[in-house]
Amino acid sequence: MTEIASGPSSSRAGGRPEAIKAVPVRHYWRWVSGVIVLLIAFAAVDTVATAPQMHWQYVWQYLFGALILDGITLTLELTVAAMVIGIVLGVVLAVMRLSPNPVTSTISWFYIWFFRGTPVLVQIFFWFNLAIILPYLGVGIPFTHIGVSASTNKLITPVMAAILGLGLNEAAYMAEIVRAGIISVEHGQTEAAQALGMTRLQVTRRIVLPQAMRVILPPTGNETISMLKTTSLAFVASVPELFTRADQIASSTFEVVELLFVASIWYLFLTSILTAGQYYLERYFARGAQRELPPTPLQRFRRLLFTWHAAPPLPPDVMPSLGEHR
Amino acid sequence: MAGGAMVKAEEVHKSFGRLEVLRGINLEVQPKEVMCVIGPSGSGKSTFLRCINHLEKIDAGRLYVDGELVGYQQRGNKLYELPDREVCRKRSEIGMVFQRFNLFPHMTALQNVAEAPLHVKGESRAAAEARARKLLERVGLADKVDVYPNQLSGGQQQRVAIARALAMQPKLMLFDEPTSALDPELVGEVLDAMRGLAEDGMTMIVVTHEMGFAREVGDTLVFMDGGVIVESGTPREVLANPRHERTKLFLSKVL
Ligand SMILES: Nc1ncnc2c1ncn2[C@@H]1O[C@H](COP(=O)(O)OP(=O)(O)O)[C@@H](O)[C@H]1O
Ligand SMILES: [Mg+2]
Repeated sequence: MTEIASGPSSSRAGGRPEAIKAVPVRHYWRWVSGVIVLLIAFAAVDTVATAPQMHWQYVWQYLFGALILDGITLTLELTVAAMVIGIVLGVVLAVMRLSPNPVTSTISWFYIWFFRGTPVLVQIFFWFNLAIILPYLGVGIPFTHIGVSASTNKLITPVMAAILGLGLNEAAYMAEIVRAGIISVEHGQTEAAQALGMTRLQVTRRIVLPQAMRVILPPTGNETISMLKTTSLAFVASVPELFTRADQIASSTFEVVELLFVASIWYLFLTSILTAGQYYLERYFARGAQRELPPTPLQRFRRLLFTWHAAPPLPPDVMPSLGEHR
Repeated sequence: MAGGAMVKAEEVHKSFGRLEVLRGINLEVQPKEVMCVIGPSGSGKSTFLRCINHLEKIDAGRLYVDGELVGYQQRGNKLYELPDREVCRKRSEIGMVFQRFNLFPHMTALQNVAEAPLHVKGESRAAAEARARKLLERVGLADKVDVYPNQLSGGQQQRVAIARALAMQPKLMLFDEPTSALDPELVGEVLDAMRGLAEDGMTMIVVTHEMGFAREVGDTLVFMDGGVIVESGTPREVLANPRHERTKLFLSKVL
């Protein structure tokens, strides 16, 4: 060690050699291809933007119109309601599917088989038209007249039909996502928890599911983003959500493409917000799994701005050897 | 029926499908005794520990912990399987430490240790955390209370795992090769923690390849091979004068 410190290459008294200052590799082709892509994109946008029959003033006019804003509220409500049903029921179905009890696992298998195997559009339409075959719905004790019932049309409103169709279908997909997450947790975890005397339910709820979240969350984010757009299928039940509203306006004003743009701008805006939200949720559930949390979108943006050429710098408190990401 | 023994095995058999892993285990562990178990890989050591802790069901024979039958209830001449709730209660009275630590990675050291007292025993948070802190201090980790397992060395993780098992105030501790996954320089700190436990009078069954530990801390040493106990005695006897060929062969390889 002392030889190095007194060697000719180290100029400082501390014995630490000078930090390397090298000319970074220049990526000329990145610049060239980047410019080409930008040109093509500009041409495409320009073609649409200057299309002779495209009335942009209508796009801006309807973008914040009261009808459209009402539609957005309903779209968001449908998304939340369907995802809540999907996630809660999905977790239950996944736990049932993995249960050693053959009755519960078969029920779950059958549910997933049925709801994944039929189109969600058909399911929404089915709930919407339920009143045709069952004018009254009720609960009661079989083979007696004890119970309560109500008109199907009152119970299953169009919004309800959409929520049921979307939510019950989503549960089947969520069940598979949750199941994959549960299976990904190492068996030793279950064993250690059982050895402490935890019940099956406690092991699932306190040990397995929190760890499964890391695997469950990214696809659930995808599902939510996808759901936000799939709510437009509520159109078939005449639910006045964003797309239905855009379509209604278009059919009275004949500004069809303009209103498709209005709807698309809003869908894009909303899915972008969800994408950012997903990022922060994933960071939360990565605690204990990674030594250093991944940067937030904001941190990444800042890093990109200030280190255009060089590799991103390591945070000051993290040693290079600890920088491993799983 | 089982006298005062903490663990008593009579002709314990266990098969996985066609593979007979335990083929008649007989042994007794007295309260406060430290029994070390050695034997080649695949001889059924882990399976036997797992049977004691109800993680596996035995097929034949009788296994008692603290005088109570493991896994079953005897009423008259008939055996009845224990309901899940009873199994959980019995497991909670036995501590187990695994080769791969199996700490809960989403919880800090303190949360790992306080988890079972809080949610299995239903203790108050204050009481559970206070004892968790004491236990972590006892295994030399007072400064690692709020750290997640992946920021701890293997030796530190295993000591948290020991504290976690102790938090349930078990009457029996099972160790399944607790130092086998550790770098050599970290083995000592875990063995020290175990030695301390033994000195405090804990009843322990330790599957290990650390002959030094077995000789110093163990009251009895058992050599298992092919699902049976080939030889047992005081560690000094067995290590110095093995009587069976298979024991000699095994010891010549590991010593
Ligand atoms: N759950 C299981 N299913 C099938 N075979 C198993 C299972 N657990 C252990 N075994 C088998 O039982 C034998 C004994 O295993 P084990 O008790 O782990 O031995 P040891 O701990 O002495 O190395 C091995 O052959 C192993 O493959
Ligand atoms: Mg083993």
